[in-house]
Amino acid sequence: MIEARNLSKRFGAIEAARDVSFVARDGEITGILGANGAGKSTCLRMLYGVLAPDSGRACIDGIDIRGETSKARAHLGVLPHAAGLYGNLTARENIRYFGSLQGMGRERLTSRTAELARLLGMDGFIDRRAKGFSQGQRIKVALARALIHDPGNVVLDEPTNGLDVMAIRNLRDMLLALRAQGRCVLFSSHVMQEVAALCDRVVIIGHGRVLADETVQSMRDRSGLASLEEAFLQVLGDAEGVS
Amino acid sequence: MRALFIVFGKEFLENLRDRRTLVSALLFGPLFGPLLFGLMVSRMLNQSVAESDEPLRLTISGSEHAPGLTRYLEAQGAKLTRTNLSESEARAAVRRGSAQVVLIIPAEYGPRFTAATPAPVLLVADSADSQTRKSADRARIILAGYASTIAQLRLQIRGVNPLLAVPVAVNEADVATPTGRAVVVLGFMTYFVLFAVLMGGLYLAIDSTAGERERGSLEALLSLPVARSSLVGGKILATCAYMCISLALSLVAFVAVFRFVPLEKLGMSANLGPGTALAFFVICLPFVPLGAALMTFVASFTRSYREAQTYLTAVLLIPTLPIAFASIYSLKTQSSLMFIPSLSQHLLMTSVLKDEPVAVLDVCVSAVVSLALALALMVATARHWRRETMLG
Repeated sequence: MIEARNLSKRFGAIEAARDVSFVARDGEITGILGANGAGKSTCLRMLYGVLAPDSGRACIDGIDIRGETSKARAHLGVLPHAAGLYGNLTARENIRYFGSLQGMGRERLTSRTAELARLLGMDGFIDRRAKGFSQGQRIKVALARALIHDPGNVVLDEPTNGLDVMAIRNLRDMLLALRAQGRCVLFSSHVMQEVAALCDRVVIIGHGRVLADETVQSMRDRSGLASLEEAFLQVLGDAEGVS
Repeated sequence: MRALFIVFGKEFLENLRDRRTLVSALLFGPLFGPLLFGLMVSRMLNQSVAESDEPLRLTISGSEHAPGLTRYLEAQGAKLTRTNLSESEARAAVRRGSAQVVLIIPAEYGPRFTAATPAPVLLVADSADSQTRKSADRARIILAGYASTIAQLRLQIRGVNPLLAVPVAVNEADVATPTGRAVVVLGFMTYFVLFAVLMGGLYLAIDSTAGERERGSLEALLSLPVARSSLVGGKILATCAYMCISLALSLVAFVAVFRFVPLEKLGMSANLGPGTALAFFVICLPFVPLGAALMTFVASFTRSYREAQTYLTAVLLIPTLPIAFASIYSLKTQSSLMFIPSLSQHLLMTSVLKDEPVAVLDVCVSAVVSLALALALMVATARHWRRETMLG
């Protein structure tokens, strides 16, 4: 479970996050939806502890990420916005490097890497150097790298950015599999269809504030609109004072 | 600590597979210097050996006015080319380079010589050209010798002791040892050694910082449960490893190259056996972490490979500055200079090369200062890595 409690963050004159609170539950996929520059990345970065909030707390399975960073991070897998690989290392070496930095032992690393290679369909390229990988192969390795230590929670920052249709489809299947395993999946996106197709809950962020936090179904019901797109536009419109 | 070694291992392996790192750390840095240097020195030596054997070539105009002087010049081994150039023609010829040094003897030389008044000759040379300057110097010495011989003869004829005209007898004693003389030639070698040290770690320092950012792997790395100081420590340690390899290779290359350089032709012996190489290694070792920390520190502030390369090229020049100062002010090894890294290493290596005694205390001070500075830079780097601006 990932909790954001009243997170605020300012960069100079820009208020990137204002009193952001929401909960991403286990066994659910939570989507953070917002336009480019709405503050999604800032929120996620505070959740995985590379940015310190000016106020508020972020907790992973109840553990404060700023207080007990290492302990909290052991429960968390992160796929940042920029998820580059080391081109001179093989896929396996890339994954094992992160696993060993998570403090995993040799045997567990070996068995877990083999398991992920099978689950993500990486057997064909696991021992090739990452230099010439396709986008789809890249994202698989980056995801395996984030999941190597078998975390209960996964944060993905715009994971579908720059992926082709096949790769997006693959990723979607992977996220659904993670949910089926009972993990808490939190990902950000600026593409509505993606969120609608995949998420149980959606948190809409605009100008650094939470504009809506509800299940996809209830959002549709409440707005009385058929498509989530229209519901989304309505939420945004309310916030802007347009409607 | 475990994380530090994991990072070290990964950086070491990754760069072992990188052509750029290998070329710069294991080929260009350590081998380019010694080879270029060996070539340069052996050419220089060949040239100066050849020069001292070679007769002085002198273009002479108006030799018929001074048969005595002409005979003297020939007796001294000068190879004369007799011409009939006027002064302006001679100047033009020297300027063009078609003649090196021209000696013009005017028609009035004979009568003035006979009358025992100063007989003028004109020596035309280009002092901006080091080659002809040497010839002009040799011509001047021979002319002075002739003048003094004539002066003494004149005094003798008049019944005066010619020694009266030699109030001071200047004797010279050159105390330069054969190795000492070689140091003048080998002085630049220490620079190549320090250059090889830095070159060895250059690309790893860039790749492990700016490269990590450019590749987009930095944020994932920073979100791991690993202390930033361990990340920085592992990266600097890997940089150090490549720098040590580069240093060792460059010393081996120097020892090998100097087996083929004809230093003994000039009566010099280069004190550059395996023992000296080992001493160099020990002296330079504390400079390794300093260079690694400095390069990693600077590269941590850059956003891209290119930017890092630009700044680190400037860092590569840092060791040249003290060495340049040392040669301008001809600094000698002294304890107060041991507080300046790179200069202290340069001076200590020069001392070893000259076969001078090296104080253990000096070596210790040089090492401690370099290591302390290295530690300070590592702490500063780790502190920078803890900042949020690291994410970019």
